[in-house]
Amino acid sequence: MSVVAAGTPAPDFTLRREDYRRFTHEDLVGHTTVLVFYPFAFSAVCTDQLNLYQEVLDRFAAEGATLYGVSCDSTETQRAFKQKLGIAIEQLSDWEPKGATCRAFGVYHEKGGMPQRALVMIGPDGVVQWSWEGEHPGVLPGANLIFDALAAR
Amino acid sequence: MSGLGSAPVPPIGPDDHVRGAGETPPRIVYADYECPYCAVLCQRLAGGGECWSFRHFPVRSKHPRAWAAACAAEAAGLQGRFWEMHDALFADQGRLEDPHLWARAGALGLDVERFDADRRSDAVAVRVRRDFESGVRAGVVTTPTLFEGGVMRVIAPADT
Repeated sequence: MSVVAAGTPAPDFTLRREDYRRFTHEDLVGHTTVLVFYPFAFSAVCTDQLNLYQEVLDRFAAEGATLYGVSCDSTETQRAFKQKLGIAIEQLSDWEPKGATCRAFGVYHEKGGMPQRALVMIGPDGVVQWSWEGEHPGVLPGANLIFDALAAR
Repeated sequence: MSGLGSAPVPPIGPDDHVRGAGETPPRIVYADYECPYCAVLCQRLAGGGECWSFRHFPVRSKHPRAWAAACAAEAAGLQGRFWEMHDALFADQGRLEDPHLWARAGALGLDVERFDADRRSDAVAVRVRRDFESGVRAGVVTTPTLFEGGVMRVIAPADT
């Protein structure tokens, strides 16, 4: 299994927002969306990754892109993680049925029971514009890679 | 749109902070003053006597006082005492609140009123941000990150 490739329509999926509302394919339409799939809330590399992206969040917004953190943690865990870090990046939960959205995007790590660390940029038409997947979950993608992808649109 | 897309790490320029001497390939460290591994690495580099340059990479949600500390070092630099403040910040990372910064400035014999105005100034913020953004473009994701001859090395805690 590998991450959905550029040019592929984003699959149908359902995630839960922090207020439990559904976040689906319909929410992608009309926006440039970057889904930041990360393995586990509160783990070291995920913490560094979200902290780094938070520091340049205004620059992503200036490019018209909205970032979301996606993991298989529960909504409660994600909210606590976000609060602890003091970040504004909205969190989306793939808790139940666990990993269904991660599988649909080709980023579920079956042995680990977690998302592989991956980035998926989806255009306003719902088509994947760019994706990235680390060799292993310990590889942290620099913010520059997302800005490169935004510039290449 | 300019964004923050990939670019090589900028070579050491005239307004970079450079310490040491020698003809070895210049080393550039991206670091922040609240990061303990950065303190150890910078101490080791300073002890080695080789040429290296310090650039700011403060990530505020990780280290809430790193940005203020970086601005304090730059403000001291405007009075010719960048490295003295740099050493003083790393020497006591548990004390980085405003009164601690004023105390350091006083101990270094700086004009504290000017120091305090400078560290809050747009010019200093732009200077710190310039370092940070050059690091983002070069792919820096955490601190400390060391470039040797333009090649990135992330420093694991065991290396410091």
